Amino acid sequence: MEDEVRLMKGNEAVAHAAIRYGVDGYFGYPITPQSEILETLEELMPWETTGMVVLQAESEIAAINMVYGGAATGKACMTSSSSPGISLKQEGISYIAAGKLPALIINCMRGGPGLGTIQPSQADYFQATKGGGHGDYHLIVLAPASVQEMADFVGLGFDLAFKYRTPVMMLADGIVGQMMEKVVLPPQRPRRTDEEIALQCPWAVTGRPASRKPNIMTTLELDPVAMERNNIRLQETYRLIEANETRCEEHCTEDCEYLIVAFGSVARICQKAMEEAREEGIKVGILRPITLWPFPSEEIKRLSKKVKAILVVELNAGQMIEDVRLSLEDRVPVHHYGRMGGIVMDPSDVLGALKNIIEE
Amino acid sequence: MKEEIIIAGFGGQGVLSMGKILAYAGLMDGLEVTWMPAYGPEQRGGTANVTVIMSDAPISSPVLNTYDTAVILNQQSLDKFESKVKPGGTLIYDPYSIHHAPTRTDIKVVPVDAMEATFELPSSKAYNMVLLGALLKVRNLVPVEAVMKGLKKTLPERHHHLLPVNKEAIMKGMSLPKTEA
Amino acid sequence: MTPEEIKQAANIVECKPRLLNDNTMHYCPGCSHGVVHKLVAEVIEEMGAEHIAIAIAPVGCAVMAYNYIDIDWIEAAHGRAPAIATAAKRLNPSRLVFTYQGDGDLAAIGTAETIHAANRGENIAIIFINNGIYGMTGGQMAPTTLEGQVTSTTPYGRRVELNGYPLRITDILAGLDGTCYVTRQSVHTAPAVRKAKKAIRKAFENSMTGLGTSVVEIVSTCSSGWKLSPAKANVWMVEHMFEKYPIGDLKDTTVSKA
Repeated sequence: MEDEVRLMKGNEAVAHAAIRYGVDGYFGYPITPQSEILETLEELMPWETTGMVVLQAESEIAAINMVYGGAATGKACMTSSSSPGISLKQEGISYIAAGKLPALIINCMRGGPGLGTIQPSQADYFQATKGGGHGDYHLIVLAPASVQEMADFVGLGFDLAFKYRTPVMMLADGIVGQMMEKVVLPPQRPRRTDEEIALQCPWAVTGRPASRKPNIMTTLELDPVAMERNNIRLQETYRLIEANETRCEEHCTEDCEYLIVAFGSVARICQKAMEEAREEGIKVGILRPITLWPFPSEEIKRLSKKVKAILVVELNAGQMIEDVRLSLEDRVPVHHYGRMGGIVMDPSDVLGALKNIIEE
Repeated sequence: MKEEIIIAGFGGQGVLSMGKILAYAGLMDGLEVTWMPAYGPEQRGGTANVTVIMSDAPISSPVLNTYDTAVILNQQSLDKFESKVKPGGTLIYDPYSIHHAPTRTDIKVVPVDAMEATFELPSSKAYNMVLLGALLKVRNLVPVEAVMKGLKKTLPERHHHLLPVNKEAIMKGMSLPKTEA
Repeated sequence: MTPEEIKQAANIVECKPRLLNDNTMHYCPGCSHGVVHKLVAEVIEEMGAEHIAIAIAPVGCAVMAYNYIDIDWIEAAHGRAPAIATAAKRLNPSRLVFTYQGDGDLAAIGTAETIHAANRGENIAIIFINNGIYGMTGGQMAPTTLEGQVTSTTPYGRRVELNGYPLRITDILAGLDGTCYVTRQSVHTAPAVRKAKKAIRKAFENSMTGLGTSVVEIVSTCSSGWKLSPAKANVWMVEHMFEKYPIGDLKDTTVSKA
């Protein structure tokens, strides 16, 4: 067991977890701060052990379309990138969502817009949670706050992706991707056999046996009535996901008078601020959404009834705060504190912002 | 026990790997650890720093604004981090690359002639291990055996023959601090 | 004789392949797609490969190819078919994987995917319909449109100083180490159709033997886009297209490699 506890970067943990989950294919393109995922996979040579395919594509566009092609054959496929590269992938992500294909996409966010910076950011919240590409669709969005969660969310992500036939995004950032901490890796699972895939994914494009009609993976539907029906089916899936898969974590909310809402690594920065605030007698608690879509609106609404104010802390100009406000129907004042462009706030900044609100 | 450490210097001085070995040693000793680098172009010649936190309880923020201990390898890093050492904390620095010595009096300031000492060692690459030894002497964070275990974990097997050289450098470093912890 | 009387089993000398279904094709009269579809269906049928065939459809006139050939299909985003085929083949090495793409899809928006899939020597076959025009969107200029050729976006003819030169992408693909078989065919006469079928069969077999990427360009007509009758379009193709895109094998390393 001692061997299983390792010290590694979040990005490296993703690579190890992918192999151990039994992922069939990883397709990627280098971009800081997530290149360690592809590098670690190439170093570990999983094609020699589990038979996993690892390929450095010619572009992010090619990589996401490889995921689309692999997923259409029923295989568990994933890609990873960072903000500018995720923008390039949006076309493919829309197709994957429209095709109702399971896939895992990791965004290790850096500061934008444009080429931006390689430093951590959370400025792709809107892009990740509201769809990102064209058309009415959602991704299940998981926000890891630790190296352990980066490893765990590979498995969780694929489980959800196959359960609901939907692409899942792990919305990480340069902090959790680049930092090292201890991680317990999941046990090695075998990859699914072709027979298991045929049972699990009867829709998969695998070559047509005489016993069935052709399987056709297409997102084109020129008849608007049929296309609306496709959309309605997608929306039904999203309602089901909202009902079943909302996840969040609370710290010290039992007696809190102020609530901080923060996700990913920023939630941990806020946790330290909370510890310091509580030493000064300020009763503050934290709600950390683990799924950013579906968003834990009910939990925030419940907590809002007992707090004087809510502080939303993000590495952006104020994106998740919109979902917090939508959850509350204006019952409680909601404030924002954020840094942008790759600047990361420290715990004292958060404490300062909290005190400003209390003084108001 | 909780120790929040910043190690800062030039890229190429082994700042990140020193932090990594320290973090691994903490892990070997049963502690919770985080290792958070200032990543990017800094790695290729500019300034480099890494925050290492070691604790017997789960660690919240991997990003800090103040530190219990700073290990400083150049002037830019001293200028940046001297003010961020908590009162009563420790600042270890190598005078070799420092033109203006630290001025604070509310912290323990420990000059360590690590570069000079490294010149006497077979490999200049052991510089960061000399500093690590000095840090261990001053702060007594983890036993040397845990560091050696950490080194063994972080070094690829083909470099395991270098373990004794590294140990020699750590022991050398431990002999350097003039102020006792 | 009534049509029913003619359709006696005894009278049948040629029939449509079983895999080509009865759906009414959306292709214009005289379009080469219908012929090439039939060849693809015939070859898969003759190879007994429908249970292992994975086809990738493009964006362009052949976007709904899956409506006509009863095998498993993946419909790609515009230009991305070679990337999709790459993953489909690498994750399912026992499958016969091919793309079916037009000139805009393969040689404009999908140039990167095409060249890199071929350069990696993906064990896929690429069927490339080159009719020098965008048919589906209404006859705009393609990368393979000839100099001086009139299209809806080059109403006074393609000018090289503005639009560059017709792209002989197949020649580029033949120059890559990853391709094993690159050929240019057409389907305007019965002998040409027979040769094109042989080329497609060879390309499909290469996908199974793992010798690298095969490319079968079919220089084709677009009578609607060219605004010519089907018969005149065939003549125009022979007189103009073949000069820029001469018919024949550009590369075949399969003999020496096998």
